Amino acid sequence: MSPDTNSAILRLQGVSKQYRDGPTALHSVDLDIRRGEIFALLGPNGAGKTTLISIVCGIVTASAGTILVDGHDAQADYKAARRRIGLVPQELATDAFETVLATVSFSRRLFGRAADPAYVERLLRDLSLWEKRSAKIKDLSGGMKRRVLIAKALAHEPELLFLDEPSAGVDVALRRDMWTLVRSLRDRGVTIILTTHYIEEAEEMADRVGVIARGRLLLVEDKAALMRKLGKRELDLTLVEPLGQVPVELAEWSPTLEHDGHVLRYVFNATDEHTGIPGFLRRVGDLGLHFKDLETAKSSLEDIFVDLVERER
Amino acid sequence: MNLHGIWAIYRFEMARFGRTIWTSLAVPVITTSLYFIVFGSAIGSQMREVSGVPYGAFIVPGLMLLAIFSESILNASLGIYMPKFTGTIYEILSAPLSPIETVLGYVGAATTKSLLIGLIIFATAHLFVDLPVAHPVLMLLYLLLVAAAFCLFGFAIGILANGFEQLQVVPLLIVTPLTFLGGAFYSVQILPEPWRTVTLFNPVVYLINGFRWTFFGQSDVGVGISLGVSFAFLCACLAFVTIIFRTGWRLKA
Ligand SMILES: Nc1ncnc2c1ncn2[C@@H]1O[C@H](COP(=O)(O)OP(=O)(O)OP(=O)(O)O)[C@@H](O)[C@H]1O
Ligand SMILES: [Mg+2]
Repeated sequence: MSPDTNSAILRLQGVSKQYRDGPTALHSVDLDIRRGEIFALLGPNGAGKTTLISIVCGIVTASAGTILVDGHDAQADYKAARRRIGLVPQELATDAFETVLATVSFSRRLFGRAADPAYVERLLRDLSLWEKRSAKIKDLSGGMKRRVLIAKALAHEPELLFLDEPSAGVDVALRRDMWTLVRSLRDRGVTIILTTHYIEEAEEMADRVGVIARGRLLLVEDKAALMRKLGKRELDLTLVEPLGQVPVELAEWSPTLEHDGHVLRYVFNATDEHTGIPGFLRRVGDLGLHFKDLETAKSSLEDIFVDLVERER
Repeated sequence: MNLHGIWAIYRFEMARFGRTIWTSLAVPVITTSLYFIVFGSAIGSQMREVSGVPYGAFIVPGLMLLAIFSESILNASLGIYMPKFTGTIYEILSAPLSPIETVLGYVGAATTKSLLIGLIIFATAHLFVDLPVAHPVLMLLYLLLVAAAFCLFGFAIGILANGFEQLQVVPLLIVTPLTFLGGAFYSVQILPEPWRTVTLFNPVVYLINGFRWTFFGQSDVGVGISLGVSFAFLCACLAFVTIIFRTGWRLKA
């Protein structure tokens, strides 16, 4: 076996999905997930994130392509493939009348594992659910329900965990807890794939990031490299007197003039340690350029996606 | 074979039945008693005997099957329709379970409940009439066969249904009429022609008569053909459900 196959716990080749009288949700996606990494799938609404995950988990049938989970074909050898996978779905779907303990134990057995009360207890304690083990799920708050779903997904000790928008409808504290949990899972060797709309979340969590839009995987990169690409910001100075051209003294920052010379724009990278803003503003002051307004803007995720998609063409 | 998985579904379904245990038990007991009061006592006092069997006893097999038909379809269809409706089906679909294993869990549990209900009706009937059983083992096997077949049928309905009202359509509009017209409360022998021949196209006639044979050792139609029809029905349902799972039709996008 080549080291490459060894390290890929999940391999997608040419995976496409055309929904029945619906859109083409995925266009021939190729993707390798490395064992033990946290991978963030970043994309706007309707990009195909949930579709991709659902296909790997066996909930949606792919129109084309092959999927290998730890070397096992997800179609021909689906039992071996699925035993290795845990899924926390985007929608909160729970059995309202079951208790927390019963539903988590159920998930473990459903995936072919013998009951293990000690493991389930540890899991529920890790997720701060142990006190609520006898509560009916319908009596839990939304955040707790999400944690129950996480416990269910982990009940059979999967090697590969999918978190479909783990931070949707979750408050800051719980989000922190969840990130801590994700990291501790990774330390135990679990590979994690999460989807998100937020660059910040990908930045906080992931080792690698894949950007998906309109069913195409546009790029897959190490987080650091991507953040540099996506972390661009603009500083706009609205000038009192419009300029005809950029003064040579500012060449070092290579700003541009917008709106017929009324706006002086400096593009910088927010993730850099030295943004260059103080020096730029000092030089602007030295030159006696007066401005009446100052504004920084970040290109929105949507812009970035559109940008990427356009660039693909 | 994912035995843990089958067992998990079975226990989950049995727990669901357990939550409504009192209504589940009371309904068949009360319904059966009502039938006995109306048919057994009121009409039975006029009829006395059908084909040499006291009328009260004669209607018991039909009553048991009538309840089993509707309970099986209702319970098995709800069992799979509810997860579809609430969205929890994602977990079943993503589990390492083969179609047969999934069906064993759901249909096994529904069949167990149907059998229990059938036996409760059987016990209740003893309060009203003398009820000899000529072939007790065959009677139980027959009950099992019919319950399993209708639970499979219900399971298929649950998969195909797009709304709660659709779950009701088949039991109410097809099964109940066919049962009432299928000789549950009378012998098809007493029907005048052409109705007697028309009735023979109703598969429920064979189910009821086969079952009645296990009680009284006699039947309007051949026992062999009755068993054959029951078995064919079971196989047809099984094939249908397997195809649905293989193709993911109505289960997966
Ligand atoms: N069952 C379905 N039938 C038909 N079309 C569907 C179905 N599920 C999803 N789609 C369509 O496929 C596309 C991708 O949807 P998907 O849910 O995978 O996106 P997503 O990236 O998860 O979006 P979000 O961030 O909103 O969750 C969308 O256009 C959606 O409308
Ligand atoms: Mg989604």
